[in-house]
Amino acid sequence: MIKLIGVEKTLGGQPVLQGVDLSIPPGKLTTVIGRSGGGKSVLLKHMIGLLQPDRGEVWVDDVEISRLKGRKLNDVRKRFAMLFQGAALFDSLTVFDNVAFPLREKLRMKGPEVTKRVDEKLEQVGLDGMGHKFPAELSGGMRKRAGLARALVMEPEIILFDEPTTGLDPMMVKSIHDLIVTTQRRFGFTAVMVSHEIPEIFGISDWVAMLLKGRIAAMAPASEFQQTTDPEIREFISVGGTVAMLPGQGR
Amino acid sequence: MTNLTEHIGTAALALIGELGRMLIFVISAFAWLIRPPLRVIQIIKQLHFIGYKSTFVVVLTATFTGMVLALQGYYSLRKFGAEGWLGSAVALSMIRELGPVLAALMVTARAGSAMTAEIGIMRITEQIDALDTMAISPLQYLIAPKLVAGLIGVPLLVAIFDVVGIFGGYLVGVDLLGVNPGSYWTSILSAVEWKDVYGGILKSISFGLIISWICCYKGFHTKQSAEGLGTATTEAVVLSSVLILVWDYFLTSVLM
Repeated sequence: MIKLIGVEKTLGGQPVLQGVDLSIPPGKLTTVIGRSGGGKSVLLKHMIGLLQPDRGEVWVDDVEISRLKGRKLNDVRKRFAMLFQGAALFDSLTVFDNVAFPLREKLRMKGPEVTKRVDEKLEQVGLDGMGHKFPAELSGGMRKRAGLARALVMEPEIILFDEPTTGLDPMMVKSIHDLIVTTQRRFGFTAVMVSHEIPEIFGISDWVAMLLKGRIAAMAPASEFQQTTDPEIREFISVGGTVAMLPGQGR
Repeated sequence: MTNLTEHIGTAALALIGELGRMLIFVISAFAWLIRPPLRVIQIIKQLHFIGYKSTFVVVLTATFTGMVLALQGYYSLRKFGAEGWLGSAVALSMIRELGPVLAALMVTARAGSAMTAEIGIMRITEQIDALDTMAISPLQYLIAPKLVAGLIGVPLLVAIFDVVGIFGGYLVGVDLLGVNPGSYWTSILSAVEWKDVYGGILKSISFGLIISWICCYKGFHTKQSAEGLGTATTEAVVLSSVLILVWDYFLTSVLM
């Protein structure tokens, strides 16, 4: 389980996180929603040790990672994968080499075994036959799919998704969401997703948490979250059209 | 007055902090270098980029530097009837000073700026963060091979610069201005000593480190915008070039 206790972070003189307490249930898909620039990506980066809190603790099971560095932090990170907002594919490598990268670099895997695993993941994300292309030759949606294949290839215990559907058309949003849900159900990894896709996220998430003014204002199972009486949260989710969705329609 | 003191103090503290971060950066990169896996392919790729791909510009610069040195040297030496020493004048200037400095400045302009831009783009597009999340050290995978390539590539380019420059001087001095070819080569053999060559090698190694260190550091700490990338690249080229000239003065004064 990932647990954040009293996490505070100030960036460029601006307080971003102001005492975040959050527990991510293992083996479930938890979505964090909140205003743009509200610190959702910063929160995600704390979970994998890309950022260290100014105050507070970040626990991954029984390891407190906020002060870890070097090899000890890398040992924890081996359990994670992350899909970045822009996919963060390596420009100089083909799609195939991007997906094969962690296998070759971390597991020192070579030859047909790499080909087999990479082809399998590319097929799962619907990119079979695209392995020879460079990231610059792909559309936004295809880049996200390639990023997802790279995140899945090591079969991690925890995957963090940083706005995986931002900037995509509704069909592509549905397709990426289906992909995330299908793979999460199939492999049972813990998934944490930052998203603005309201109301869609209520249909795919197990849990929803809302980050408001640097704190977790609410966290509940997706179906219950929509019944909130908090006016500020209600306003936020209603702007996204959630009120039109009946309670209980969640996953 | 208090404000002025405060400003100077703040600037001094910021400078000391930056120097400290730069030092930690390069020490950490070298520390990662000795840990397995040894990234031989990455080092070869970087040697190809910094060394091989800079050869043309280095050869071109060296040829014309040697030619202009011979032209200037010939008219100065002729006043004293010492045209026969043209070879030594060209060779000593090349080996001791112009070879290391000009080759390093050329590498800074061609490869250093590209290094900063490449690493900077990787920072902005979260590719460096992606390496971190895969538990792969960016210092080991990205930076250390570039440092090694700078340390090996720049001295080799300087050696090429020296040789080509001396031949450029020969072309103008002997073929165009009529200096005796025997005198040209003999004067080089009698004037150039091992310590001149040694000094040139030492300079080129340190310049190689300066270029790759500064350019990698600036790229690695690029701010998250296109403007930040432009600033980082400019700062990398200017700082590397200035440091090369300043360090050249100190090293020359020690080696003299």
